Amino acid sequence: MIKVDNISKSFNGTNVLKNVSVNFEEEKTNLIIGQSGSGKTVLLKCIVGLHEIDQGRVMYDDLEFNKLNFKERKIIQKDIGMVFQGGALFDSSTVEENVKFPLDMFSDMTEEEKFERVNDSLERVNIKNANSLLPAEISGGMKKRVAIARAIVLRPKYLFFDEPISGLDPKTGLLIDRLIKELTEEFKTTTIINTHDMNSVMEIGDKVVFIHEGTKRWEGSRHEILDSEDPELNNFVFATNLAKEVRDLRSGYSKSED
Amino acid sequence: MKTLIYHIGRYIMLMGRVFAPPEKKRMYYKQTLREIEYLGINSIGIVAIISVFIGAVITIQTAYNTESPLYPRYLIGLAARDVLLLEFSSTIVALILAGKIGSNIASEIGTMRVTEQIDALEIMGVNSASYLIMPKIVAAVFFTPFLTIISIFVGLIGGWIGGVATGVVTSADYLYGIQYAFIPYYITYTLIKAAVFGFLITSVSAYYGYYAYGGSLQVGRSSTKAVVHSSIVILAVNYILTQLLLT
Repeated sequence: MIKVDNISKSFNGTNVLKNVSVNFEEEKTNLIIGQSGSGKTVLLKCIVGLHEIDQGRVMYDDLEFNKLNFKERKIIQKDIGMVFQGGALFDSSTVEENVKFPLDMFSDMTEEEKFERVNDSLERVNIKNANSLLPAEISGGMKKRVAIARAIVLRPKYLFFDEPISGLDPKTGLLIDRLIKELTEEFKTTTIINTHDMNSVMEIGDKVVFIHEGTKRWEGSRHEILDSEDPELNNFVFATNLAKEVRDLRSGYSKSED
Repeated sequence: MKTLIYHIGRYIMLMGRVFAPPEKKRMYYKQTLREIEYLGINSIGIVAIISVFIGAVITIQTAYNTESPLYPRYLIGLAARDVLLLEFSSTIVALILAGKIGSNIASEIGTMRVTEQIDALEIMGVNSASYLIMPKIVAAVFFTPFLTIISIFVGLIGGWIGGVATGVVTSADYLYGIQYAFIPYYITYTLIKAAVFGFLITSVSAYYGYYAYGGSLQVGRSSTKAVVHSSIVILAVNYILTQLLLT
């Protein structure tokens, strides 16, 4: 289980995260939501160790991750897969080499086993006949899927996604969301997703954490989010006309039921 | 001054991470071979072209500056050899390489930084500094002396062709001159310098790339800083090494 306990982080005297505590649900999709600049990416990067926290604890089961040194962190890092906003695929390597990289670095598999695992992972994210292409030669949606294949190739316990559907059309975004949900269930991973997309929240959010101005403002399930009375959360959730119409329809529906 | 100390300290700390034991030696070996091709073999052409013309120009300029009958003509060959051996083929070639491979390294690593590819390596548990920079340093330290040797030979040939073609020296005088009063230690001296310059070009450029931030504009600036600063460091270290090795 991943747990952050009272963590804070500042940059050049500006407090970006203030005393945030969250228990992420095991083997579920946990979504961190919030406006741009709210601190959700910093929170995600603190959890995976890309930013060192100023205070508090980041716990992976019983291990206090932030207290471990570079070598000790490897024990946990081999169980982590992360997909970055832009994919972060290695430009000079082909799709196949990108997905194979973690296996080359950290597994003792034979070359045959590695290729089998790479093809299996690529097939799992519906990438076919693209093994020899460079990242520059594939579309944004494919890049995201290749990045997911690379993240799952070592069969990690924890999966992290930073804005997985940003820059994608709604249909492709939905496919990626569903893929993330399926992978979480199939590989029994604890998945943490950083997003500001309400479609993702309603589609796959088992647990939702709302970050506002560096603090945790609200947490609950996707079913509870529409009934929240937190004004900041409502401002965020019902920011679009479509969402407002859904809210009005719901309230009208419940009034007519009454 | 404070900024300079800050950069030197951070550079030393980065080098500490670069020379940490590799996670998987086979992967580093593969990377090193790739870098030898990218940084070394791909630089042979430009080094050869520049050396052949500089060799010819040195020969012609020496000839026009030593027109007195008191100077034997074979001194033209000797001067061309010593200029190439002592200074041009190590220092000037290093400055050319700082422009070519230095900007290449800084922009490659800088782009990896701003597109989160380095973060991706770190999350996997890979020592990104070591994985990305060590193979480049090893490749450059190993290959720059070879480029220097190539430069010396091609430069001498360029001097021979240039001198004979313009009629400022005979073929026999030039060939006699390049063998006259030869000091083998000069080869050792120039190869030591080349290896040190190879290290400086790659490590200084990688430093600026590794700590790039922002977007493409900042990567461009890092690339420029890498070339300027590695050139300055090369010239300063050239002075120190000359003092240490030749006096």
